[in-house]
Amino acid sequence: MNAMLQPDSAEPVRAAVLDAEKPARRPRRPLAANSTSKVRQKLSATAMNIVAPLVGAAVLVLIWQLITIKNATFPTPLVTFHEAVKMFSDPFYRNSPNDQGIGWNLLASLQRVAVGFGLAALVGIPLGFVIGRVKFVSAMFSPIISLLKPVSPLAWLPIGLLVFQSANPAAIWSIFICSIWPMIINTAVGVQRVPQDYMNVARVLNLSEWKILTKILLPSALPYVLTGVRLSIGTAWLVIVAAEMLTGGVGIGFWVWDEWNNLNVPHIIIAIVAIGFVGLLLEQALMALARAFTYEQVSN
Amino acid sequence: MDESKFIDIEGVEMVFHTKKGVFHALREIDLTVAKGEFITLIGHSGCGKSTLLNLIAGLTRPTDGVLLCANREIAGPSPERSVVFQNHSLLPWLTCYENIYLGVERVFGKADSKARLRERTMAALALVGLTAAETKRPNEISGGMKQRVGIARALAMEPKVLLMDEPFGALDALTRAHLQDELLKIVAATKSTVVMVTHDVDEAVLLSDRIVMLTNGPAATIGEIVNVQLERPRDRVALAQDARYMAYRTAVLEFLYRKQAHPAKDAA
Repeated sequence: MNAMLQPDSAEPVRAAVLDAEKPARRPRRPLAANSTSKVRQKLSATAMNIVAPLVGAAVLVLIWQLITIKNATFPTPLVTFHEAVKMFSDPFYRNSPNDQGIGWNLLASLQRVAVGFGLAALVGIPLGFVIGRVKFVSAMFSPIISLLKPVSPLAWLPIGLLVFQSANPAAIWSIFICSIWPMIINTAVGVQRVPQDYMNVARVLNLSEWKILTKILLPSALPYVLTGVRLSIGTAWLVIVAAEMLTGGVGIGFWVWDEWNNLNVPHIIIAIVAIGFVGLLLEQALMALARAFTYEQVSN
Repeated sequence: MDESKFIDIEGVEMVFHTKKGVFHALREIDLTVAKGEFITLIGHSGCGKSTLLNLIAGLTRPTDGVLLCANREIAGPSPERSVVFQNHSLLPWLTCYENIYLGVERVFGKADSKARLRERTMAALALVGLTAAETKRPNEISGGMKQRVGIARALAMEPKVLLMDEPFGALDALTRAHLQDELLKIVAATKSTVVMVTHDVDEAVLLSDRIVMLTNGPAATIGEIVNVQLERPRDRVALAQDARYMAYRTAVLEFLYRKQAHPAKDAA
């Protein structure tokens, strides 16, 4: 009986305890629901990041396969894949000046881009600084830049051939011309957009022009400069393929043209993917560089 | 030199020529500031307080009239009239130390050794209690700390005049009170001449020797000047009960909300 009585007397107390506990427990349920929804979120994020691109690639390959059914001259994805495996198993062979591995061809193109692009940076970035800083120089060059910027760099190739009397410098010249505009323009904009607050600091501290350049203009304009550099390298990589098709020699552009003359379509497709891949790497590398040099600006 | 006329502003007019037309910002500004005096400029937004401060800084030149500092015409910005900007304006790519060193090097670089320059910079950091933040960049410290570095940068150059443009405007009330107390201590120690723009009545009464009240723009001018005769050092808690403090406060409020009701009200 004692045991029977006890729960009776204890009941109201327990109920009270339970009541007191309820509010504390309540938030736990949504929390648990939260964690499952988090898992779901993570899964859907994975689906977005991995599954979706894979589906996209599969669709592309499927369309490709369908085209090959209708068109017998077009290589199937499988044939191309086998060819690619063969090609990338030995990318650095050298049979003759006109028969070299895809690695050598890509490197030759990259080298031209590096030289042309580097020269453009050496000229374009300082010029952009002067244009951004000195209104007169800006007014001097703005019309010329506006006029020449939309011209295809390939239109400059004959001028390069005329001046340099050789194919390789002419190709580099085209790269130089196409790379220089985004670098000049973005650098100038970056310098013009230096927050007035920083310039006021420079004026109150009475900083020398050199200190203004190194401590204020350069770091403040750097993200813009790097944007210009990134745009330039993208264009340069686009242009080199076309320029090499015209100038010949070793290089991925000429290689594509050569394979077309050999009617080796799988190689052309492989080259297209390889060009895209290198371009992507260049872009990503410069974006990482830009992120490393971007600072929080003052508000207002 | 007449120490009561350390800064002398005579008949200053400021007219801006903008794309929208001509804007008459300030008219007939006459003001003298004594050496070691703490002046606040108060008025509704858009009345030209900051314009007047920029004129004293030399960041802008007046359309008419003369501004003198220590009997010399203010012809441009100079480290001897250093400015604490509203949004701190620290260079985000430099550490706190480097931000201050930039000014110190410019002012004392020719006369002092490297070690002495470093000493001065560290002293300025210590003055605002931020020795520990030496190697931090501005985005790694709080808003109040940034503003303190801004003050340290201005003070490190040992300016003749410290100009402050709503230096505590963007801070929360507690941080603001803390920095006001620190500023009072620093000013007492360095005997600086200060001109400060504010829109905070309590801040004006607590800090100033004189409160210069501007009428509403356009064509704003000095409406009234309140002489705050409270002995220093001032204690904000004790003053809160002080009848004279209340009277000064009322005088400023009276001017701002009765005589110069907010321009938005007029427009409505």
